Amino acid sequence: MSKLPDGRSEEVFEDFKSPYTEAQALVEANRCLYCYDAPCITKCPTSINIPEFIRKIATDNVKGSAKTIFDSNILGMSCARVCPVEVLCVGDCVYTAMGVPPIQIGKLQRYATDKAFEQEWDFFSAGPDTGKSVGLIGGGPASLAAAHELRLLGHAVTIYDKRDVLGGLNTTGVAPYKMPAARSVEEVDWVLSIGGIDVRTGVSVPEDISFEQIEADHDAVFVGFGLGPDRLMSVEGSDLAGIVGAVDAIEQFKLGSFDLEGVWNALIIGGGNTAIDAVREFIGLGVDRVTMVYRGTEAGMSGYTHEWKEAKMEGALAQYQAVPIAFIGEEGRVTAVRCQRLDLDKKPIAGSEFELAADLVLMAIGQSKLGDLLADVDGIEVQWGRIAVDENQATGRPGWFAGGDCANGGKEVVNAADEGKRAARAIHAHLTEAN
Amino acid sequence: MADLSTNCAGIRSPNPFWLASAPPANSGDQIKRAFDAGWGGAVWKTLGTPIQNVSSRFGAINWKGSSGVGFNNIELITDRPLDVNFREIADVKKNYPDHAVIVSLMVETKEEWKEIIQRSIDAGADGLELNFGCPHGMCERGMGSAVGQEPTVNERITSWAKEYSTIPVLVKLTPNVGDIVPHGLAAQAGGADGVSLINTIKSIIGVDLDSLVPRPVVGNKSSNGGYCGAAVRPIALHMCAALARDPGFNVPISGIGGITNWQDAAEFMLLGSSSVQVCTEVMLHGYRIVEDMIEGLSDWMDDKGFETLDDFVGKSIPAYSDWGNLDLNFESIAKIDPASCIGCNKCMVACHDGAHQCIHPNEQGLHVPVIDEDECVGCNLCQIVCPVPGCITMEEVDNGFDPASWNQHLGEGKELRHKKGSH
Ligand SMILES: Cc1cc2nc3c(=O)[nH]c(=O)nc-3n(C[C@H](O)[C@H](O)[C@H](O)COP(=O)(O)OP(=O)(O)OC[C@H]3O[C@@H](n4cnc5c(N)ncnc54)[C@H](O)[C@@H]3O)c2cc1C
Ligand SMILES: Cc1cc2nc3c(=O)[nH]c(=O)nc-3n(C[C@H](O)[C@H](O)[C@H](O)COP(=O)(O)O)c2cc1C
Ligand code: SF4
Ligand code: SF4
Ligand code: SF4
Repeated sequence: MSKLPDGRSEEVFEDFKSPYTEAQALVEANRCLYCYDAPCITKCPTSINIPEFIRKIATDNVKGSAKTIFDSNILGMSCARVCPVEVLCVGDCVYTAMGVPPIQIGKLQRYATDKAFEQEWDFFSAGPDTGKSVGLIGGGPASLAAAHELRLLGHAVTIYDKRDVLGGLNTTGVAPYKMPAARSVEEVDWVLSIGGIDVRTGVSVPEDISFEQIEADHDAVFVGFGLGPDRLMSVEGSDLAGIVGAVDAIEQFKLGSFDLEGVWNALIIGGGNTAIDAVREFIGLGVDRVTMVYRGTEAGMSGYTHEWKEAKMEGALAQYQAVPIAFIGEEGRVTAVRCQRLDLDKKPIAGSEFELAADLVLMAIGQSKLGDLLADVDGIEVQWGRIAVDENQATGRPGWFAGGDCANGGKEVVNAADEGKRAARAIHAHLTEAN
Repeated sequence: MADLSTNCAGIRSPNPFWLASAPPANSGDQIKRAFDAGWGGAVWKTLGTPIQNVSSRFGAINWKGSSGVGFNNIELITDRPLDVNFREIADVKKNYPDHAVIVSLMVETKEEWKEIIQRSIDAGADGLELNFGCPHGMCERGMGSAVGQEPTVNERITSWAKEYSTIPVLVKLTPNVGDIVPHGLAAQAGGADGVSLINTIKSIIGVDLDSLVPRPVVGNKSSNGGYCGAAVRPIALHMCAALARDPGFNVPISGIGGITNWQDAAEFMLLGSSSVQVCTEVMLHGYRIVEDMIEGLSDWMDDKGFETLDDFVGKSIPAYSDWGNLDLNFESIAKIDPASCIGCNKCMVACHDGAHQCIHPNEQGLHVPVIDEDECVGCNLCQIVCPVPGCITMEEVDNGFDPASWNQHLGEGKELRHKKGSH
């Protein structure tokens, strides 16, 4: 595994939710009611047996607790940090209905899984060799979960990823105050430690190896290459320097350094989770004024309300019902953005133009979809850029499966982990039934 | 990976975790689900002449939001027809040949004992448990604890059972006695292959302050019942250890009483139980608790280097001694870790009002109380009340005195250290 460089810009961030001490974990674990058929489990896409892992923390069986988590979700360590628990498990904890603060499931999960990493507990070994091999395109959460499950079932696995580091957006995208890239890379190594996973980094499909070749080399294929690059705008001046895709910018400062020399005013265009993350991150990196420019109302933002609340407390500014109509620059570099107000139907209001100073503009209006790469592969159906799959993550082409952002259109790490795991089980059924 | 396979008085099971004879072991369907969840054995709900139960029948002690820390019941033995019970026992054994099914029995006459024992053996039971313990209802009818409190009756009925049984016989003892040892010895003298203990403790769980009727309320009356659950564990542990260390007692013990998790189970085993039984914790949380029990016990054994249960059953018995043999010169004092102290002063009030007045406010104005080590007697009350795990520790002090027990002081004139805190 290639190492990340030292002195990365992400290193200025601290954990936004501090890890539990043993005392804190015990108090919280003992508060859990150990519900039966618990609603928190239903809300976890990987169906972790939450009451069971929490009870095991309370009985000082932390090892068993971690095992319960990893049995359902091999990426349980990163999910504990990056999951939006407020809208998943924690959001449905029964305590809420009682008007009592819900159990901090994510923090307890982090306590157990961090300990498992620290103690180097060994839970898994590869299944007996089946002689079958599976090619995985992309090495993000979806493929890693699939690869691990396939190894448990005894299949040989090869991961092809165009980057030098695995982990996908877990490494390059999620906010560093949730999880730094370095921790994601540690998780990748931990997952790979089951052995038998051949990793080919720096290999872009289909440029460096064709789909036909991958199909010929393996008995089944899993596509988990996520979403494509940030979508940009094509308005006057959009090719000026200083206008960057948000996901691209985040990757730059997570994996290396991002030069903020002379940047006082940053504008983030968009109102989704990537936009909110970027706002908080560039405040954290030290930019003076960070302003979100969103075409709808505050209530209409698609990003999580709890995250936006935090962003505002950290000093985020916002322009609602506004869109850029031109970028203005000096010497080839952006200096301001001309915007226009929109009405509640998102229609431009005549004469409402105004200018905002900007020396950095991050475009967070969505990522493009990569599904079209596969449009020519017979049998695979691509709808709105997403790869169409059935309930077993199977595509229309026999032996081809897909999961994660490229199939679900862009959800969370935990969805990718779940889809990868279920795809692996379906691949296993396919390979063993095909016999 | 530790081997949990169990042999208690000749009754074998894949692990030492058995359901106690009680509602969780009331029917075949339940016991099958319990075995699927991981339980190694089950002691069937006591069979005898089926009875009629009251409602309500349970009461509980709730403590700081945990319900059922102590539990009480006025339920009797099975209320289901014997034919149905025996048919289900046979069916469970057919489907789970490697799990232990022990049939708990309680009848009156010798003839009845003979018949019900034969039917249990015919159904395929792996062992019998004679219920000499129920402290309510059944004892008024001359059974249960009425038998268990009379060593001669206990021995006589045990010997009948041994006469008719070809499978191991456990005698379930009542804790409602002054000293458990003669009762264990009586069972052993009657030929018992082992004993189980404890059954429930005679109790009244409380009084309803509106109706003024004791709980559990049955219309406008109540009755004394049997106390069990986590709160009774210390009593049960003592009775288990008292028998295990008695030189005259040498049959296996199946430990029962307040077991809630793997740690509790390990404690019973260290004090001499070769299997453990659970009722209340299953009633409160379901069969699923056994997953953690198996995993936790097995990991603990791995950590300790124990490969089989025999490696540690009874291992703490040598360290259980009489007070007169304890080293009076061993000295420890409390220390507060200032980094983890949260300044609640619980230790200070406990020491001030309930111990030896040696924890004082911090004169530098810090939130961490100060222990006067010259006065601390090492009682560990402060450690018990401190809400932060590991914040108060008891540290050994080298006072220069050789070890000396009270018995050595009396017998050999060994010198004792100066008393602390006795002015
Ligand atoms: C800014 C941002 C913040 C986020 N924050 C969170 C969060 O806090 N919590 C959360 O749960 N989710 C978050 N997400 C979403 C989450 O990261 C994704 O849902 C998840 O990573 C999807 O996993 P995946 O495996 O499907 O794809 P990805 O993580 O995108 O991984 C795809 C992998 O495929 C490789 N690849 C791409 N194309 C090719 C190709 N042609 N050939 C070979 N390899 C290729 C890539 O290099 C990458 O390694 C965030 C997303 C973004 C953009
Ligand atoms: C509701 C209830 C019914 C019980 N019925 C029986 C019984 O029929 N026969 C018996 O031997 N013990 C019976 N017991 C006692 C239990 O088997 C067990 O000995 C006791 O509850 C202590 O264990 P615990 O603390 O795990 O509950 C009963 C206990 C309860 C709570
Ligand atoms: S819903 Fe809440 S209290 Fe119930 S098991 Fe889940 S975390 Fe525990
Ligand atoms: S637990 Fe079941 S049987 Fe008992 S009172 Fe409640 S509903 Fe009725
Ligand atoms: S009880 Fe513990 S936490 Fe509270 S003041 Fe004493 S030492 Fe500190």
